[in-house]
Amino acid sequence: MKKTNKLSAAYTILMTALTYLPIIVVVVYSFNGSRISSTWDGFSLKWYQSLLRDDAMLEGLFNSVILAFSSSLLAAFIATSAALTIKNARLPMKYAVSKMALLPLIIPEIVLGMVFLAFFELLSLPFGMLTLVIAHTAFCIPYIYTQVSSRLEGMSMVEIEAARDLGASPITAFFTVTLPLIMPAVLSGMFLSFAMSFDDVIISIFVTGVRVNTLPIIVYTQLKTGVSPKINALCAIMLAVTFLCYALAAAVRKFADKKLK
Amino acid sequence: MKNGIRKRKAALSTLASLPLYLFTLVFVLGPLILMIALSFSTRDGWDYTSVFTLENYAEVFSGMYLKTFAESLELALISTILVVLIGYPFGLAAAMLPKKMSRFIYTMQVIPYWVNSLLRLYGWIIIFRANGLLDKLLMAVGLTSEPLKLLYTYPAVVVGMVYVLLPFMFTSVYQVAEKLDPTLIEASRDLGAGKIKAFLTVTLPLTRPGLATGIVLTFIPSMGLFFIASILGGNKVVLVGSLIEELLMKSHNKPGAAALASVLMLLTAAVCALLLRKPKHER
Repeated sequence: MKKTNKLSAAYTILMTALTYLPIIVVVVYSFNGSRISSTWDGFSLKWYQSLLRDDAMLEGLFNSVILAFSSSLLAAFIATSAALTIKNARLPMKYAVSKMALLPLIIPEIVLGMVFLAFFELLSLPFGMLTLVIAHTAFCIPYIYTQVSSRLEGMSMVEIEAARDLGASPITAFFTVTLPLIMPAVLSGMFLSFAMSFDDVIISIFVTGVRVNTLPIIVYTQLKTGVSPKINALCAIMLAVTFLCYALAAAVRKFADKKLK
Repeated sequence: MKNGIRKRKAALSTLASLPLYLFTLVFVLGPLILMIALSFSTRDGWDYTSVFTLENYAEVFSGMYLKTFAESLELALISTILVVLIGYPFGLAAAMLPKKMSRFIYTMQVIPYWVNSLLRLYGWIIIFRANGLLDKLLMAVGLTSEPLKLLYTYPAVVVGMVYVLLPFMFTSVYQVAEKLDPTLIEASRDLGAGKIKAFLTVTLPLTRPGLATGIVLTFIPSMGLFFIASILGGNKVVLVGSLIEELLMKSHNKPGAAALASVLMLLTAAVCALLLRKPKHER
């Protein structure tokens, strides 16, 4: 390995270590028997036990999963169907409107949160899951729309034409050729949307109302008013689940590769 | 016959595009128009009336708000510059590594996206807290004799901002640099370009789009991340974001918040336009 390569390898490892430093600290303290983070009081699993008994937090987690899942799914449907068909659609100013759909990506979240709050109030929509899903769908659409339309741009029409020439109906051609080709873009857009929605504090705070709490809002409130070590345990569990999912995905990919060979 | 098929295709396409079309008009354009209208409305106690006024903007450009705006901009710029200085070489270096290691580093950067950023920031609170991990470490080594009490200071907020925003820069730069052909750099080196010249004439121009996207993704949220200022900075660091939140949730001053938000949006839009425009020779 060349000298510069060693240097860049060392730098990337250092940065990765720094990224995980606060996470590891939290994970280690999740096993701390003491309530106070400045003292170590032996290994204990009690924060995990009390997390599982904390109904408010579990409900927040549940709400966040439902919210992230439904907004990314809804955004995937809205964005993908439009990205596929906008070229042939007959709608006034269709390109201007489709560009406008990407605006939530470049508007500061704080501004989005504030305008949604004012707008939902004006429409007198009931604040809660409905308003959360609308707001989150709005900022999920750009992620999926940009991924799918750039995938479509890079795609040649040859495969679709071939399928049509071989006698496939437009609908068969769509489901057997186009959809499998764009699916990776849809899925990667959805994954990103899910992560962004699952982590959102700013927009959610404005549009959630008083009855529904999402996990980030609960954590934020705790960090402001007083923290229970339960959130250390929560962080450790989220990290473990993520690692597990990635390992599973990698294993599935390896298996699929082997089968293809 | 052919005409009929085309008509049916157009009708079907119109129908399929309609959800995005309507959603955008109602839930993106609608709120934005409302925000602009609100910013020119007159405040009336907790409510507002549709009497045209410029007072809200006059207030934004008055002493107290302007100071917050300047401070906020300063923090955003400091954070963005640090993110560029740390994240750009990070993304570049990771993309240049051997394939397997490169993918590993990339995946390790993407995984934290899935762990709530507030929980990750909590790690920094434990580290920075008075008599926390950092203080204990520094005192044990003998570098300091008493706790630094870094929590609730400006540097703590900067660390939090950089920490949360860095992955966006990393992934944008990495995704562009990964597609970079290393033989181009070798060619320029073979033709006698020094390391710095090769970087400036080959690597930097070719990774510029990634860098620009990274800066946009860093700068836009950086003025509004009030939760970082609030949990790592106590109440000492006030951002435009915190001000908007306060005006809206505590003072119920919607026109004021709308004017502030409009100015913030205009500012970030200007920065985006500046960064994302194509260089002249590419047009």
